[in-house]
Amino acid sequence: MSAVPISYYLVLSAILFGLGVIAFVFKHNIITIYMAIELMLNAVNLAFVAFARAHNQLDGLVFVFFVIVVAAAESAVGLAIILTIAQNRQSLNVERVNQLKF
Amino acid sequence: MEFIAQHPVLVASLVKIAILMAVLMTILAYLSWFERKIIAHIQSRWGPYYVGAHGLLQPLADGIKFLFKEDLTPPASDKFVYTLAPFLALTLAITTLALIPFGPATVWIFGYETHLVVANVDIGLLFLFAITSLGVYGVALAGWSSNSKYSLLGGLRSSAQMISYEVSLTLSVVGVLLLAGTFNFNELVTSQQGYYLHFIPRWRIVPQFIGFLCYFTSAIAETNRAPFDLPEGEQELVGGFHTEYSSFKFAMFFMAEYANMVTVSCLATILFLGGWLSPFPDRWTAMQYLPAASLLALAVYLAYDTFAQMRGFARIQLAVVTALAAVLGLLCLLPAVMPVIQGPFWFTFKMGLLLFFYVWTRSTLPRLRYDQLMSFGWKLLLPVSLLNLVVTALWIVFPQLVNHG
Amino acid sequence: MSLPFILFFVFAIVAVVGAILLIVAHEPIHSALSLIMVMVALAALYLLLGAEFIAAVQIIVYAGAIMVLFVFVIMLLNAGVEERTNWSKIAKYAGLPLGIFLLCELAHWLARSSIGARIANGSEGTSAAVSTRALSEMLFQKYLFPFEATSILILIAILGALVLAKRDE
Repeated sequence: MSAVPISYYLVLSAILFGLGVIAFVFKHNIITIYMAIELMLNAVNLAFVAFARAHNQLDGLVFVFFVIVVAAAESAVGLAIILTIAQNRQSLNVERVNQLKF
Repeated sequence: MEFIAQHPVLVASLVKIAILMAVLMTILAYLSWFERKIIAHIQSRWGPYYVGAHGLLQPLADGIKFLFKEDLTPPASDKFVYTLAPFLALTLAITTLALIPFGPATVWIFGYETHLVVANVDIGLLFLFAITSLGVYGVALAGWSSNSKYSLLGGLRSSAQMISYEVSLTLSVVGVLLLAGTFNFNELVTSQQGYYLHFIPRWRIVPQFIGFLCYFTSAIAETNRAPFDLPEGEQELVGGFHTEYSSFKFAMFFMAEYANMVTVSCLATILFLGGWLSPFPDRWTAMQYLPAASLLALAVYLAYDTFAQMRGFARIQLAVVTALAAVLGLLCLLPAVMPVIQGPFWFTFKMGLLLFFYVWTRSTLPRLRYDQLMSFGWKLLLPVSLLNLVVTALWIVFPQLVNHG
Repeated sequence: MSLPFILFFVFAIVAVVGAILLIVAHEPIHSALSLIMVMVALAALYLLLGAEFIAAVQIIVYAGAIMVLFVFVIMLLNAGVEERTNWSKIAKYAGLPLGIFLLCELAHWLARSSIGARIANGSEGTSAAVSTRALSEMLFQKYLFPFEATSILILIAILGALVLAKRDE
């Protein structure tokens, strides 16, 4: 049984990253933009795991572990910030939060 | 037949999945009967008695009722998520049972030798926790998509409770993992063979009793059962996240809850109670007749009940059940079946014991208020699980520390 | 078409469809559900690459905890359909093709890299899964300091979330 070449996984990672960038740039809702950031992090994780398999080293997997942990910490704080912003500005549209002073 | 010869693993897996689904659906249906009967007897009444002999056809009647009820959908709800939530809950609850080994012996399906487990994954325990952690979505999405205040509140509370107790659930299991050194279910069970002092079985509940208590309490809270069932209590929240569901989707939520109960009991059996190991030593070969003996004793009792107490149509039904029990008992005496049935018999016995504890606590303990529930989970169970983990780790490492220090 | 290829394409298509649904969906809850679909598909791809532990961690932490947080926040804020605002014409008509061009550029150069030709497995045909023991040995010996640092990071995140969520008494 032949196996799937690594380049397939890398191309998929690039596609997901590009789609994440498009979603990040073109969406209005803060939460959806944040989800696009998580999508980009996932695409990068896929690239790391693919490279770890290609070089037969485990360092890539450890790095993926750390990326997931840091994403968890970041999403906790980020969502708390989003909740506070939504309560202050009464809107989830990112265009309404473009001024420092209300 | 060539297809079967060329893809033996696939065909064997399909047969095992079919058998597992059939057995599981029967168990889920009759678990509701089991629960209602035991709660009734604890409360000094009879429970279902008239729908079929001893209420044995009650699950069938309930199923027919659920199938024929009108399927309402709230007008302003999100249709896709509303339909997805019960399917998600039921699918995730049933998927976990593919990982659980029911016995050690090998069986022959179409001439292919295989074990009594659908998927023997090396990190089976971790995957089981992964699928359990996805089970929060069924509840949360059901509460959200019903577009009703009570459902949303019930859904949020229920999912917050589930993710809180998931932490102590996984931490209380780590003590067992430290002692066994593997995630694989088969090895977790086989590492519990042997005896302390020649008569206490070397099951993990003996060194990890606190872990077992933490695990079982977290499991009751995780599956939203009493005394932790405020989110679906009838008196407080009209029914919580499944208020707006009717007929078959409602039935799916209940089946998902029972399936979660069964999964968690199976996991407790494997991790703490020795899985499919018999408490008696293997030398006592007379104990191998226990499955057959218990089924035949049940048949004798049912025969007495048929002729002495039942009348009319109930007598015919009970006679059928007696015949079924007698046939199964005689089947267990066959030399081809007897070594295979030992593992599943003990597994089912221990699982039944844990399910009985579930129903017992439901009918005995009062319900916890939501803030009491959350502070119990975070302020008591989580520190106790962590303490259990630290003490177990210290106890394992202690000989090395003493040697080096 | 052997089984690994079929599995790869199935999960890759599920992931890409999920990402496109994230962009196209009108309601944030549908975007969240499609992101969960992407994460589960990626976990299956990690399994194909032999990283069992990372696949399980991805589902437990990412799909089972982080996305639950997202779904909670969407439900609490009652986030509905997004409002449309006026974009400048340049952003709408030049931005999207440029984004797709970035995507294709990345994909092209990654496909042509020298790593790309290597097969997914170390040796012919055998897919060795990474054992959890080896991964944990590396995590606790070589990368011990980052591991402890992330535990402090999580503590800081918990404190930050608590402070932000506290109401002014």
